[in-house]
Amino acid sequence: MADSRISVPPETRRGEPFEVRILIRHPMETGYRTDESGQHVARNVIRRFTCRYNGAPVFAARMSSGIAANPYLRFFVTAHDSGTLDFEWVDDGGARGQARAEVKVA
Amino acid sequence: MSAHAAPSTLTRRRLLQGTAALALAHALPSVAAPEMPDIPLLAELLAGRTPRWERLRLDLPALADNGQTVPLKLTMSGPFSPGPTVQAIHLFSEKNPVPDMAVFEFPVPIEKIEIDSRVRLAGSQKVVAVAVMSDGALYAAAADVVVTIAACLDGS
Repeated sequence: MADSRISVPPETRRGEPFEVRILIRHPMETGYRTDESGQHVARNVIRRFTCRYNGAPVFAARMSSGIAANPYLRFFVTAHDSGTLDFEWVDDGGARGQARAEVKVA
Repeated sequence: MSAHAAPSTLTRRRLLQGTAALALAHALPSVAAPEMPDIPLLAELLAGRTPRWERLRLDLPALADNGQTVPLKLTMSGPFSPGPTVQAIHLFSEKNPVPDMAVFEFPVPIEKIEIDSRVRLAGSQKVVAVAVMSDGALYAAAADVVVTIAACLDGS
């Protein structure tokens, strides 16, 4: 669950937006599928995704089964101080995932 | 025959010009404002308001081979400050079993609105994005996608 890949530029400029990319490994199970044995596969999608910059929320997403498996997000955050980006997400099963990236402001 | 037509104010030319102008007047708004698909949750968000079909841009491939993963791009042109900033962008699907696909939220004002993701689409349809501004204004964008293989719903 905690599997993710994050890309943040090695250096950012104060006051300017920088690109954040994240790929989370998650099946985003729709709940409309059955497995090989014909058993119904329960829905399990990431419901909520948040990104905090030095503790303050800067971006969030509410998701559904309409987001493809292994959700990919690319968005922008405005640089102000060096610090950390903390990503957190929670799925229908209540499982939480976390990831962190360093931000260097020149 | 010409003597008869001359005193008349409604000449053939005038009539044609008038008809053309009328046709154009009817055609223009439909180009600027695509028809909103009938999605109850979208209607709930709009609450009778009409969004402006500008600034927000929704890019999806016109033809998607596989509905399981379709690249999507949302962009909105600024500047945003000073003035209303983007609070959230809602994404709606016309045909998916879950019509409210996603909501992207911006807790702090941001100058650059550009979001990429990948979506599932259960068949050819219209996807609608609505941006909610801090002053309550709404901007919308729509894209039609032809999906050759829909995101499977039955596990087959």
